[in-house]
Amino acid sequence: MRAKITITLKNGVLDPQGAAIESALAGLGFEGAEGVRQGKVIEMKLAETDEAAARAKAEDMCKKLLANPVMENYAIEILA
Amino acid sequence: MKTAVIVFPASNCDRDIAVALEQATGAKPAMVWHGDTDLPDADFYALPGGFSYGDYLRAGAMAAKSPIMQAVIDKAKAGAPVIGVCNGFQVLCETGLLPGALMRNAGLDFVCRTVALRVENNQSIFTRGFEKGAYVNFPVAHHDGNYYADDETLDRLEGEGRVAFRYVDNPNGSARDIAGLINDSGNVLGMMPHPERVISPLLGGTDGAAFFKGLIEAVS
Repeated sequence: MRAKITITLKNGVLDPQGAAIESALAGLGFEGAEGVRQGKVIEMKLAETDEAAARAKAEDMCKKLLANPVMENYAIEILA
Repeated sequence: MKTAVIVFPASNCDRDIAVALEQATGAKPAMVWHGDTDLPDADFYALPGGFSYGDYLRAGAMAAKSPIMQAVIDKAKAGAPVIGVCNGFQVLCETGLLPGALMRNAGLDFVCRTVALRVENNQSIFTRGFEKGAYVNFPVAHHDGNYYADDETLDRLEGEGRVAFRYVDNPNGSARDIAGLINDSGNVLGMMPHPERVISPLLGGTDGAAFFKGLIEAVS
């Protein structure tokens, strides 16, 4: 199975990179783009063939390394 | 007096802090590679500045999970004094030995200059050599030094006197101007500024020499 893990900053955590992107978009004439937030996506293949087992493993990875619960949220998608 | 410096791939202040510790103790520190699992017995452990593991994923994240760090965490929990400077502070936060996290500087710039700090707490082993409210000048050189913790944590840290140093003129957006932080048992300090870079007039300052002298006296 494949896992796609999306890591985003929690609401309320300052995102200076998102703010810089928002400002650059405005500079290019894209009007009305607000609240730009930058995150990261991590994709991987997992040996598990069972979706629940794959999700449990990805969840464990997020808790132990991939995300920092102090300032980040994560969302896991398990794909065939 | 035995000291040890942990060396990660892409640490770049390991030799600087080794020189500072040798100057303060008269003995060369043990240099311990991140891939080792056995930590030599020492009276003081240092996590140096740098860009361990290229700052991949998050600054300090991978170093915090490196083989040697479990031994460092065990020593710290048993009460051994540990300092983390710059990347070392990021590593300490990622291990959970210190609360909060260090994020991208609010101004997005890499900040590299000498900054003034106020000594907020001189009761710790790390700051006993200074008067409370004294000012010291240490260089900073970082991209991810913006200290973040939720308000409840920040209130608790301030209430317990765990802010060791505060920026006089905040260079990176750190919450409540926090530059250095002590753990709840008082044996772990993380700080973004580099005391090891100002240990001789030749290097532009000696406040760092006073810092290391004070802390080595306190743990001797």
